[in-house]
Amino acid sequence: MSHPEMPPVDEAVIARRGEIAAALRRIVPKGVIDNAVGLKPYESDGLTAYKTPPLVVVLPETVAEVSAVLAWCHENDVKVVPRGAGTSLSGGALPLADGVLLSMMKFNRVKEIDFDNRVAVVEPGVTNLGITRAVEHAGFYYAPDPSSQIACSIGGNVAENSGGVHCLKYGLTTNNVLGVELVLITGEVVRLGGKHLDSEGVDLLALIVGSEGLLGVVTEVTVRILRAPETARAVLVAFSSSEAAGECVADIIAAGIIPGGMEMMDNPAINAAEDFVNVGYPRDAEALLIVELDGPDVEVDHLLSRVEAIARGRGAMECRVSTSDAERMAFWAGRKAAFPAVGRISPDYYCMDGTIPRKQLPRVLARMRELSVEHGLRVANVFHAGDGNLHPLILYDANVPGELDRAEAFGADILRLCVEVGGVLTGEHGVGIEKRDLMPTMFSDIDLAHQIRVKCAFDDKHLLNPGKVFPELHRCAELGRMHVSGGKLPFPDIPRF
Amino acid sequence: MTLTPSSTADVQAAVAEAVAARAPLVLRGHGSKAGIGRPDGNEKPLFLAGLTGVTLYEPEELVLSARAGTPIAEIEALLDARGQELAFEPMSFHALAGTGQGTLGGAMMTNQSGPRRIKMGAARDHVLGVEAVSGRAEIFKAGGRVVKNVTGYDLAKGLCGSWGTLAVATEVTVKVLPKAETAATLMLLGLPSARAVAALSAALGSPADVSGAAHLPLDAAARAGLPGPATLMRLEGFEPSVAARFERLAVLLAPFGAAERLAGEASAALWRAVRDAAPIAEPAARAIWRISVAPTAGPTVAATVAAGREAEAFYDWGGGLVWLATDPVDDGGAALIRGAVAAAGGGHATLVRGPAALRETIPVFQPQPAALAALGRRLKAEFDPYAILNPARMAGDA
Ligand SMILES: Cc1cc2nc3c(=O)[nH]c(=O)nc-3n(C[C@H](O)[C@H](O)[C@H](O)COP(=O)(O)OP(=O)(O)OC[C@H]3O[C@@H](n4cnc5c(N)ncnc54)[C@H](O)[C@@H]3O)c2cc1C
Repeated sequence: MSHPEMPPVDEAVIARRGEIAAALRRIVPKGVIDNAVGLKPYESDGLTAYKTPPLVVVLPETVAEVSAVLAWCHENDVKVVPRGAGTSLSGGALPLADGVLLSMMKFNRVKEIDFDNRVAVVEPGVTNLGITRAVEHAGFYYAPDPSSQIACSIGGNVAENSGGVHCLKYGLTTNNVLGVELVLITGEVVRLGGKHLDSEGVDLLALIVGSEGLLGVVTEVTVRILRAPETARAVLVAFSSSEAAGECVADIIAAGIIPGGMEMMDNPAINAAEDFVNVGYPRDAEALLIVELDGPDVEVDHLLSRVEAIARGRGAMECRVSTSDAERMAFWAGRKAAFPAVGRISPDYYCMDGTIPRKQLPRVLARMRELSVEHGLRVANVFHAGDGNLHPLILYDANVPGELDRAEAFGADILRLCVEVGGVLTGEHGVGIEKRDLMPTMFSDIDLAHQIRVKCAFDDKHLLNPGKVFPELHRCAELGRMHVSGGKLPFPDIPRF
Repeated sequence: MTLTPSSTADVQAAVAEAVAARAPLVLRGHGSKAGIGRPDGNEKPLFLAGLTGVTLYEPEELVLSARAGTPIAEIEALLDARGQELAFEPMSFHALAGTGQGTLGGAMMTNQSGPRRIKMGAARDHVLGVEAVSGRAEIFKAGGRVVKNVTGYDLAKGLCGSWGTLAVATEVTVKVLPKAETAATLMLLGLPSARAVAALSAALGSPADVSGAAHLPLDAAARAGLPGPATLMRLEGFEPSVAARFERLAVLLAPFGAAERLAGEASAALWRAVRDAAPIAEPAARAIWRISVAPTAGPTVAATVAAGREAEAFYDWGGGLVWLATDPVDDGGAALIRGAVAAAGGGHATLVRGPAALRETIPVFQPQPAALAALGRRLKAEFDPYAILNPARMAGDA
């Protein structure tokens, strides 16, 4: 199997396991695991193809403990991998054999709900859905809704800048987080933002959201909560071609309508979902759109009729408007169950996550069908159509020698294709180790060096989550000297550090 | 070498030369915000207003790219023709400084957002990608042209708010959005500020989907041509929706008073005035502070300051953005204001208008705690190790 190369394991650190565990136990007496059985559940995250038991696991309960653990690791040059619920699909929380795995799941309190200021202050181990659960009695909710929301932690959401089907209208994690408390690798505790809006000066919060555990450990999150819309209704639209479906999406947006959610499935995904949940999806459709509109009743009615007219104008085979909340949920049931549904028709599947400019959809789907033939593997597509975020599910069987490698090669081809048409490698799952080695298809060495410079400002010893996101780790002091393009420096006369 | 670059390569050459000579630069778009920050020394201006042109506009994809010196006015006109807009409402410094909305690069790198900030996010929430030249004279890009993108750190957002101290943005890609079909303003008259902010909180916590929430106390209201203290809530969207939401909001707010309705140009002009801080711009000799705190803390902060010295305030962002005018003598109220902000739970206060003598002596931007300030200095050293870019601008805030 083609496991991405990880930083060389420091055997000397492994030899010190007992001493390291003892030191950590002095800081967190009841929260250190260092026996093989106890480490096992932590050996992988949601990207289960890769497994590495960590050196030790530590589960702190207070900010002071997190700070002392990080300060000790910094002092002793021990690597640290932060972990939330472990649902990352890109290997972001994959442990290191010579690194401490820092689980934040004991930080599970909702600290404050402030309806007047429309914010909730929570610890990072609170689940995404847990925030909505804590505020829904007053008619509020937390908008970003990853499909993993019953399990994933808000700390993990911050680290991955997670999205969900409602992000088209309400934004991603980064647009809904107002502040964090962050512990740096040195053990220093800093606060960014809070109940007020915007940062003063450089927007460090913007850098923290989506930093995949490489810049600091989040110990508190302040999120914006919203009043739930009065009504939500969905319309299910079937098309005989993905081109027509794509044009329908473009027309809806051109009409000035930003739906609460706008999802698309291709024929293999439609059939897998229908086999699984039986909600009456038309099996012969090439593309199925679910468009959800939310807001006051009058607005929803008004827009539904406009969306219906647009869909019919684009030759929809079928157009069904939900008449009850139960029916709306049924429309969604198939889409939300798409992953397990695909899991039933194939022993294994590999979920990809590229984003493309929407209008490139027909081209990308056509090319994907060719790639499917070339690699000899089936693929089903679910797609956040409104914002161009594609989730091809590649079907394979890990027990057939070579199939995982082929699935990975197919996946990499899809992501290269996304970049080629003007898109990006990952829309919401993160780079992690999975897409790390593809970063150069999107960024030049100089682009990457500027990102690594951010890392150097936060963690110049590269102790936090090394081996993730960046294909090569340059020592910070060497970065200034690395930009030799075509054998010569761009400005040879400029002195470099 | 030219200090009026018309291409990214020109910018790179100018920065390289400045690095070689260790001669710092001050970045200048239209100069609309030149009066914010520590006064410059004898840095050479790098004029970016010639770096213009929309390089990509795909209305159906809701995306636009333009070179950093492109005027905001030009971009807004282009978008308007297709029924779209920059939803964060970039402010104009016409009322405060006699200048304008400036350039796209200037608006993004200073993260300027207007009343719609509370619903649609700040300028930084609309940036998708950036091409820039760092203080190492290297051209780099960050982000892309699609909304959903978590490939690497979000450096494009991170640069927003850097006020030109980390890199010279040369091209910016932003998300654009459909303009609302219609807008109406619900106005309550006569409320004292704390009560007004309670009304705004009730509205913002309702399903009315408010896209602007401001309160103008007596003097500010008078300058805006309103008959008394005015609490304003903007509703935008499709006709039938706005009408229905207005009705319900009026019922919800009945305990606060009778709702009046403003629409059309009367409503639009009022929100432009709020966006631009016009209601406290005069008299022109006063210092103007822009203060961001938790919304319910706004009136407390203003009252605390007013108890210590002459001050006048009005509120946007549901109470969370306090525009405060003070007399520019001694520290212009800096210590008092920042003390009040800290006591109210934290936030930040920036002096956006004040005489050079005042800007020389007090931190114009909110001072940061030591660990954060050190982090900021390390980031600056990584991106601009020779302190070439806007060295004075944010100085004194540590
Ligand atoms: C079935 C399924 C469906 C999914 N659907 C979606 C979806 O719709 N949208 C979407 O965006 N994602 C989705 N995901 C991916 C995943 O759920 C998200 O990335 C989630 O945010 C990860 O949260 P976590 O708590 O599990 O983090 P983990 O997996 O534990 O960690 C993820 C990363 O965050 C870092 N991290 C965790 N906690 C902290 C902290 N406190 N401080 C600093 N760094 C930290 C880790 O180091 C790691 O790099 C899905 C995953 C699964 C398994």
